[in-house]
Amino acid sequence: MLDQLTYTEKKATRDGFGAGVFELGNQNDQVVALCADLVGSLKIQKFIDTHPERFIQTGISEANMMGIAAGLATAGKIPYATTFANFATGRVYDQLRQSIAYSHKNVKVCASHAGLTLGEDGATHQILEDIGMTRMLPGFTVINPCDYNQTKAATIAIAEHYGPVYLRFGRPSWPNFTPADQKFEIGKALLLNEGTDVSIFATGHMVWQAIEAAKGLAAEGISCEIINIHTIKPLDEEAVLDSVSKTGCVVSCEEHNRYGGLGDAIAQVLVKNNPVPMEYVAVNDTFGESGKPFELLGKYGLGVDDVKAAVKRAIDRK
Amino acid sequence: MTNQELKLKSIEYRKKILKYIYHAKAGHTGGSLSCVDILNVLYNKVMNVSPANFDDPGRDRYVQSKGHSVEALYVVLADVGFFPEEDLLTLCRYKSPYIGHPTRKVRGMEQNTGALGHGLAICAGNALAAKKDNLPLNVYTLLGDGEMAEGSNWEAMMLAAHYKLDNLCAILDYNKQQITGANADVIGLEPLRQKVEAFGWAVKEVDGHDVEAMADLLNNAPFEEGKPSFLIAHTIKGKGVSFMEKVLKWHHGVPSPEQYELALSELDRELEKLTVQV
Ligand SMILES: [Mg+2]
Repeated sequence: MLDQLTYTEKKATRDGFGAGVFELGNQNDQVVALCADLVGSLKIQKFIDTHPERFIQTGISEANMMGIAAGLATAGKIPYATTFANFATGRVYDQLRQSIAYSHKNVKVCASHAGLTLGEDGATHQILEDIGMTRMLPGFTVINPCDYNQTKAATIAIAEHYGPVYLRFGRPSWPNFTPADQKFEIGKALLLNEGTDVSIFATGHMVWQAIEAAKGLAAEGISCEIINIHTIKPLDEEAVLDSVSKTGCVVSCEEHNRYGGLGDAIAQVLVKNNPVPMEYVAVNDTFGESGKPFELLGKYGLGVDDVKAAVKRAIDRK
Repeated sequence: MTNQELKLKSIEYRKKILKYIYHAKAGHTGGSLSCVDILNVLYNKVMNVSPANFDDPGRDRYVQSKGHSVEALYVVLADVGFFPEEDLLTLCRYKSPYIGHPTRKVRGMEQNTGALGHGLAICAGNALAAKKDNLPLNVYTLLGDGEMAEGSNWEAMMLAAHYKLDNLCAILDYNKQQITGANADVIGLEPLRQKVEAFGWAVKEVDGHDVEAMADLLNNAPFEEGKPSFLIAHTIKGKGVSFMEKVLKWHHGVPSPEQYELALSELDRELEKLTVQV
């Protein structure tokens, strides 16, 4: 099973978003796209060219864009509000809370350049707190797909779900290993590899890091179960507990601060139901800096070796 | 509805606002008395919205961006038939849907509001959608003057002008006061008209207690083809009760039994005067 987790090309998850929103736009004429002056970065030009009447440029006014999206939703539109992840969450948290979540508006907050891997722009743009912020908003669904194909499928799937969604994706080219025809089911964790020694729950770009780590550990005789938690909220608690009952220890992997993200979501479930040893692979409560994606992942504890070390620590604590 | 009837309603509304705030021992008295004539005109003279068409996509929309003056809105919505007025005896009580700021749990409410600086962008989005769907409806929002310090309003104004949303009308309840004091002392707002015009809106000014003049203006919106309309309604905080007018503590002051009686007697005298004139 592990051997089959391979890729033939690397593609950016944001390109998956662009392809998804274009395809969706052709299927559903209620879908409108908004953007705060980052059309090129969000890869939505094809949507705009095909459906110019369904695109709203708001300029660099992200808070306004979220309010406008809420207003469009009141009229039955399905707005996809797009910008970088830091501007889509921290900058506009009050709009997400008051104008969108509180009225349970059908707004899709679509956020690119999440995490460290946007690279060169550095800490101001590398948000590592967005999963935590959006997870805390009542009624919000929080999704962080792992690759191009999954991002595309998720982009299309969230239109069928009524309610606010935070869809998080990234900038760099990344291994694209999810089958192109795989349907995206919100809230349904994906078992990627069966294993017996440890459960690795990973989200976003870190799913590939987990796969690489598991391949390396297999050579050392360690059997890793890998589960892709593309939907952090609602969390597939059953999948988490089923896996843990078999392996007895956990590693969580996320491109996010260790506070408030996937690790905490899983820890909540474990503490209540089955407290087993758990290790976090996450950023250790700090800001990022400039660099290439892999340089930054290595420096901030999200490298393949970091995942391997966390697995060994978790197993040792059993 | 005749202008005379409209004027009578305004006084009745003021009495009810005081009644329910007095009963609840909570509420935003000054702002509700300041904006109630605007709501009276909108719901009784201008907007195409009623309990009968509230689920119709073509209805006009009203969003109260200055959500804290919700008591005025509750009283007007009850009067036009959205819910029984006696429901308001539960105002601000545990388990009541009639909480201290608008929520859609109450029929007639379009939007949950309360945090300032949200209503205008939502209305602009709604107006934009109506344009795209070729629905000939109008979207109205009520802004507070203190609220104009929120940058989000100015972002929304830029967008509304850019997209030529002449189906959008913002009304400013310009009572020149906010919770801490006079606008001018808290954070200067003037020259407001020029600022809003510079943002590409068509602006008119009116006495925000002159129901006849307001109805006239609002029924002739947009003030200019291709531009969103901004009506600066000059109002008095606490309007209609002599000892509340322009007195800061009535921002969310609750009258004592004596004050309540005094206020009602003042409003009753106004009512008599108006009836005698007929
Ligand atoms: Mg004021």
